[in-house]
Amino acid sequence: MPGTSLRTYLLTRLALVIPMVLILLTMVFLLLRVAPGNPIQAALGGHVPAAYVNQITRKLGFNKPIYQQYGDYLWDIVRGNFGTTITDNRKLSNIITVNGAATLELTFFAMIIAIVVGVVIGLVAGRYRDTPLDIFGRLFGIVVYATPVFFLGLMGQLVFGVWLNWLPTSDQASPLTQALLKTHTNIFFVDAIIDGNWGALKDISEHLILPATTLGLSTAGIFIRLIRVNVIRTLRDDYIEAARARGITERDVVFRHAFRNALVPVITVVGLNVALLLGGAVLTETTFNWPGIGHSLVTYLENRDYTAVQGIIVVFALVVVAISVLVDFINAYVDPRIRY
Amino acid sequence: MAVLSRTANGLRERKPLLPGVARATKPIREAHGIARGMLWAGAVITGFFIVLGLFAQWISPYKFSEYSSNGVRFPQLAHPSAKHWMGTTVQSSDVMARVIWGAQTELKVVVIALVMALSVGVPLGLISGYFGGALDRALVLIMDALFAFPYLLIAIVIAFLLANSSIGQGVLTAAIAITVAYVPLYFRVVRNHVISVREEPYVDAARALGARPRTIIRKYIFFNVVQNVPPIATLNAADAILLLAALGFLGYGIQPSQGAEWGYDINRAVSDASSGIWWTGLFPGLAIVLLVTGLTLLGEGLNETINPVLRRRRFGRFEFVEAPSPGAIDIEPLAEEPEQS
Amino acid sequence: MRAVDGVSLDIAEGEVMGLVGESGCGKSTLGRGILGLLPDGARAHGQVLYDGRNLVDMPLKAVRRMRGPELGLIFQEPMTRLNPLMRISDHFRETLEQHESKLTDREIRHRSLETLGRMGIPPTRFRQYPHEFSGGMRQRIMIALALVLRPKLLVADEPTTSLDVIVEGQILALLATLKRNFGTALLLITHNLGIVAEACDRVAVMYAGQIAEEGPARNVFAEPAHPYTRELLRSTISLDTTVLHSIPGAPPNLIDPPTGCRFHPRCPDVMTVCPARDPIETHPEPVRRVRCWLHGPEREIPPGGTEPYERDAIAVAEEA
Repeated sequence: MPGTSLRTYLLTRLALVIPMVLILLTMVFLLLRVAPGNPIQAALGGHVPAAYVNQITRKLGFNKPIYQQYGDYLWDIVRGNFGTTITDNRKLSNIITVNGAATLELTFFAMIIAIVVGVVIGLVAGRYRDTPLDIFGRLFGIVVYATPVFFLGLMGQLVFGVWLNWLPTSDQASPLTQALLKTHTNIFFVDAIIDGNWGALKDISEHLILPATTLGLSTAGIFIRLIRVNVIRTLRDDYIEAARARGITERDVVFRHAFRNALVPVITVVGLNVALLLGGAVLTETTFNWPGIGHSLVTYLENRDYTAVQGIIVVFALVVVAISVLVDFINAYVDPRIRY
Repeated sequence: MAVLSRTANGLRERKPLLPGVARATKPIREAHGIARGMLWAGAVITGFFIVLGLFAQWISPYKFSEYSSNGVRFPQLAHPSAKHWMGTTVQSSDVMARVIWGAQTELKVVVIALVMALSVGVPLGLISGYFGGALDRALVLIMDALFAFPYLLIAIVIAFLLANSSIGQGVLTAAIAITVAYVPLYFRVVRNHVISVREEPYVDAARALGARPRTIIRKYIFFNVVQNVPPIATLNAADAILLLAALGFLGYGIQPSQGAEWGYDINRAVSDASSGIWWTGLFPGLAIVLLVTGLTLLGEGLNETINPVLRRRRFGRFEFVEAPSPGAIDIEPLAEEPEQS
Repeated sequence: MRAVDGVSLDIAEGEVMGLVGESGCGKSTLGRGILGLLPDGARAHGQVLYDGRNLVDMPLKAVRRMRGPELGLIFQEPMTRLNPLMRISDHFRETLEQHESKLTDREIRHRSLETLGRMGIPPTRFRQYPHEFSGGMRQRIMIALALVLRPKLLVADEPTTSLDVIVEGQILALLATLKRNFGTALLLITHNLGIVAEACDRVAVMYAGQIAEEGPARNVFAEPAHPYTRELLRSTISLDTTVLHSIPGAPPNLIDPPTGCRFHPRCPDVMTVCPARDPIETHPEPVRRVRCWLHGPEREIPPGGTEPYERDAIAVAEEA
């Protein structure tokens, strides 16, 4: 069928997304209300006077009938209001901008490391299949995946932080830097560049190295495996032989045909692994005391702050869905066969 | 395959006892080279841990929370020594004992979780894939939504909810949390496979002959699908161990009184690190790495032997690679997305 | 194992040579071997004389340079032979840039469109992707790609086998014009005798890795010299066919071929000399050659060798 326009594809895809989002949101809503006990009570602890509990209950709308709560919930989300926490009275949107930015900073650099390491090793392993290069590459990928990100982090902290004392082992930046840095985007790295504050940038980078490398290496294993398999498959495709029959040099065949075609699913996998990355981010942030949204989630869970947990999970869900649409879109752009 | 046996009249062909088994294990016995290496290395390592786990009681020098012997308390945070090969923790527990008992905990939880996930995911996938219709669409929507979500988050939330409920924290909670995270995976894989097999000519022929759906599923589809489950399940087990350790690290896993858990131990080790104490974290961590590596090698080895697309037969330098058999799915281990189907 | 054993072919400039045989007789291997495209682990021995140079002895790089401007190869399955992520224009640009790096973009475009045009592909479709074309059109694109550099020899390995009959006719008509329009010689590999009769000047019949007979197509089909050719012709189905005829048995296993003449287990005219000695090539006419004891040479046949050979039954040779 002749090429459907990219725009049509995007619109169709977006339309399909709505049921999925709805389901996720509903699941989150139900899940947290299915829990036994009074959530407000649980969050505030035992020593709070009943009057205060009631006040908060009314304020957060927990006393309304459930379908009304559901309606309010959805309507709030559409307007961008993700609620307020019970325990420390922060607006979720504030958590998203401040802590979310920290997570974004971490995951962005981690993803870059993961892709670079993973793709390079995967390409080499696939091209030189069954040679020692391949075996080493695969083993590396497997072992690195098998290493829990918090263990890798711990060892990194021990070696580089404690024994060698080269790198800091926690936080996003030193207190001094944080005090001096002006807030623009909340992403420290970017803010430092905007300010032209190179000392701060150095400090921030040093703080980034261990967490980002830990998370990045951990995620690289997926890419190694995928790229390798794809390169092997692609090299077997018929058009490769046909290209050789036209006298295309082996180098061009490998790079222009095999590697490029093998990389196509990378985008999908990146998208799919955003989920994995977010999970890993939660752990990395906890290990390195990184003030990201994952760390916040863990803290709020410990404190039984239901609205905070609900809000954060909703954010996660929306992010995951958005990334999946973006990935599909990029895929359709790259591979013309996919458009409906 | 012909099996000959000697009878009074000379040689006679004997039907192999379990043709299904022989057929199923054929690819494994034919495996060579790297795939075989992985298979055996993985099996050995995994086997080692299974033994540790099963016989922890007899292998381990101490119990997992034992902190004294004959009334004398063990040293706290002691370096590895002859008495405590891997040192002791801040609570005077022997690290090696905790590692060995940890193996039992990991295995217990993961086995329970996988069995549950399989028992829910596989039948749902079979039914949904074969019958289609509204039920299928509804299930797919839900499962896809869940599937896109980070496993860890699902598991944390479930564990959190269950911990506050009557079930409380423990083995069952952790297992359920892991199960819920993985059911969509099995559902999806099985369903995709069923759909591709369902349209095969031989199934069509069976339908034309009037076979009942139940028979068709049982005879053709089930075996075909199930053959692909072991590699997935093995790789999934690897993933599940990591998930369990993560839960333990965050404090949602097993309670210390119920057993030793590697992830939990690493969490405890974080505060030791600033003093340069390395043994409390290193050994549990290495255990995780080893076990997961072993399982992954086993799973990938199985995958390479069973999945014909990647298979390389033993013909020396000729590469006789079969075209993908219609029944085989492309298993992308741990990159859980088979090709766009 | 010898997929191709002692084969010798002469193709003149602009000539269309057909290479016929059953599956597994080695014709595809021969075709690919000319371009040096054998699978890993395979080796070629002997001579492939192109313009006096022996391709077998040449380093792979040199042969690679010849693929395109001198030698071309088109395959059986057009559906998968084009890179799905590249436009047709990209395919052409790549090929032309590879071999004639000095061409400008406009020249590249011009040459590509011209060749495509002769294959019946309109310029409006130049920038489309492979999946937007049907099988027949993709095959034409493949042919155009192979011809854009004006090779002297084009090897066509079962080019129409996977296409329907009407498209097949169109493609064959195209191939028949090669000589006129491009001056290219064609080695047409196929198992379909009808095609050969239609399109080829000469034909070589291959069996079990060897040439059974070869000569001008018209002569070979009118008066087949080798029993195998004769049986092949009789097996062809046409509108006049009332009874189905087939050659009993199956092509032999090339790892352990039959002794003497490889066709002897299935030959209706087999003689006692046939399994005993390899047949020697003879020329029943100056322009034809055949490898069969029926055509002598007399002096090489031992006494009594021409007696019919007793077989218990047609041995069911193993699948090749």
